[in-house]
Amino acid sequence: MSVPDNSPPKPRPMYLNLVAIRLPIAGIASIFHRVSGAVLFLFALPLLLLTVQASLASPESFAALKAALAHPLAKLVTIGFVWAYLHHFCAGIRYLLIDLHVGDDLAPAQRSGAAVIAVSLALTLIAGVRLW
Amino acid sequence: MTRTLRQAVGAHYGWRDWLAQRVTAVVMAAYTVVVLGIALWNGGIDYALWKALFASGVWKVATFVFMLALAWHAWIGVRDIWMDYIKPVGVRLTLEVLSILALAAYIGWTIQILWGGK
Repeated sequence: MSVPDNSPPKPRPMYLNLVAIRLPIAGIASIFHRVSGAVLFLFALPLLLLTVQASLASPESFAALKAALAHPLAKLVTIGFVWAYLHHFCAGIRYLLIDLHVGDDLAPAQRSGAAVIAVSLALTLIAGVRLW
Repeated sequence: MTRTLRQAVGAHYGWRDWLAQRVTAVVMAAYTVVVLGIALWNGGIDYALWKALFASGVWKVATFVFMLALAWHAWIGVRDIWMDYIKPVGVRLTLEVLSILALAAYIGWTIQILWGGK
């Protein structure tokens, strides 16, 4: 039976200069997944509930909401949230596939990381054009 | 010699959380596709259609399940973020409690929206 090693771990070399680190494309997709998730939780979720509440309250509040969301600034914020949702959605599906060992080798994982960024940006562009 | 203390705010159920985050993701993705499908099928959503949709009991329950899935999913996600970046245990615990309270409030709010109407 081996004796468990209880000595404190050796200090590891740290290189966390965020400006100097060159993040691989899958890493960029990954950090966007985290950032978009945080944005959705902190800002989009309460605003979504407010929106759904106002949209269902009465025909007048539905119309007022529609008018408010037509403001260019509101459209900009909406497009930001649409991107956050789409990126989180696409990157999440990529993780589900990787968990199922679909495309979990380095090269396909890099390609799918780039694809997630590109597809969610393209879909955001389509949604943005339709919104405007 | 010091003994490692049990962490107060660590992830004790990594496997269960990992699975829950994925199952809830699939639930939310399915709901999203259905909402988009309804909007595209009808060429947009006006008040009458929207109101009729949310008058359906099945839709209310589906929406509530979506919100529960979202809350569970978001809890695992934000907890991971607090664990990665917030090292002081007191601050981290406070943020975790605030996150739980916010999500609980959002669930209550959802019930109000779905079943609180006249």
